[in-house]
Amino acid sequence: MSTKSLDSALIPEGADRCPLWQFLLAIAVVGAVLLWGVYAMFLCWFKGLNQTNMNDYYGFALWIWADLAIIALGGGAFFSGFLKYLVGKDELKNLINYAVLIGFICYSSALLILAIDIGQPLRGWFIFWHANVHSMLTEVAFCLSCYFAVLTIEYIPLILENRQLNRVAFFHHLAHNMHGIMAIFAATGAFLSFFHQGSLGGVAGVLFGRPFGFREGVLIWPWTFFLFTWSAAACGPCFTILVTKLTEKITRKKLVPDKTIWLLAKISGWMIGTYIVAKIIDTWYWATVTVPAKGQTISQFYSDNPLYGMWILILEVVICGVVPAVILISKKGRESNGGLWTAVILACIGVSLNRWVMVLQVLAVPVLPFDSWAMYIPSWQEVATTLLPVCYGIILIMISYRYLPIFPKERELNAAPAPAPVTDAQPEPANA
Amino acid sequence: MLPFSFEWVWDMGHIVFHGGLHYAMSILGIGMAYCVIKALVQTVKGEDGHSGHH
Repeated sequence: MSTKSLDSALIPEGADRCPLWQFLLAIAVVGAVLLWGVYAMFLCWFKGLNQTNMNDYYGFALWIWADLAIIALGGGAFFSGFLKYLVGKDELKNLINYAVLIGFICYSSALLILAIDIGQPLRGWFIFWHANVHSMLTEVAFCLSCYFAVLTIEYIPLILENRQLNRVAFFHHLAHNMHGIMAIFAATGAFLSFFHQGSLGGVAGVLFGRPFGFREGVLIWPWTFFLFTWSAAACGPCFTILVTKLTEKITRKKLVPDKTIWLLAKISGWMIGTYIVAKIIDTWYWATVTVPAKGQTISQFYSDNPLYGMWILILEVVICGVVPAVILISKKGRESNGGLWTAVILACIGVSLNRWVMVLQVLAVPVLPFDSWAMYIPSWQEVATTLLPVCYGIILIMISYRYLPIFPKERELNAAPAPAPVTDAQPEPANA
Repeated sequence: MLPFSFEWVWDMGHIVFHGGLHYAMSILGIGMAYCVIKALVQTVKGEDGHSGHH
């Protein structure tokens, strides 16, 4: 497939990669969309948030949904790290690099979106220095930033293991030393993730003036705090598997052993299963106790509007919750190609839909007697800036896959079959 | 915000929030400092280190 290209000295030893022109062409195509997003980003920064369709109803809009969704999907990094370094699931060493890369992309994207969303990024540091210590979002900002630092620390050794960089003695030693204490960083990351994933859910759960989001809980933490952490740990690994399978499809190579994928799928299946049971109990209690106590009925949240019907609840909980859990828990389901693809796609849709509901449906539901449903359609600038991190992620994956040893088993899994041994019985050439 | 900032108040909110932040940053900072210093020492000593660590 590959020929000797200009950058072959940078490509991991023994790895087969496409020609440089093909690689650059693909970067250019994705980069064009990325530039569109960058243009929209600068419009938002220079002209202000009037470039968006946010208003007094929608202080949180497409960006915050995207933010929460990618943070949840990026949860595969912290949960895989937790399983490998703290629980001791060593099999995940074949996938952990990619999980870290995906997590790094998700969290850097989340921070980028926040930098656009705050409208005045030069004042981004205010949240650290002039912190409102009564806000769950302050805790989210603290943990998000620190966890991004953890992911950067986990990603650095991968960069240093590039074939050329690794020849530099200092870089080689640094990568080695960082690997040596990675468990400490991973444990810190798991701790930080637990809190910021939870607090993102807590934000909706403490809205006592909005019964659609409000939940009871333990001490200062509403149930949504725990459900968000749980769902991220459950569905994040599904996103890691999904991106891995997509990468395998695109590169037409086997990159991670099936055994590793199945192990992560199995754990994810049980996590989704237990999460969805908790979610069903939470929804039932909310519908029968919390909502009536606030003087409303569940039907008020799912009627008299053009979009939000009961279908969204069924889609989130049953089709994108129960179904993937059943598939992944069953050995036959997760080990069949179709079953695995279906389950991980549904799980990713499910957790993204959950974030949509908890961010946007919460704001759409009328809370005053004279109010009506507030619907929202994002502006093109919002769409472009939301696609921006997607393109950035694709480009970073392309570069990392080409130049870094992301998949430790790649060579072994794609080794050409050994030639048949030459035996004495073989006939000699006729002209010998 | 640091305790010597004029906005600082010695209450539970500030202690928990900023204490947690500084605690996490300290772990990351000390961890990275350890790795960098150790790598510098190894490099200066001329240790080989190509023994494989994965």
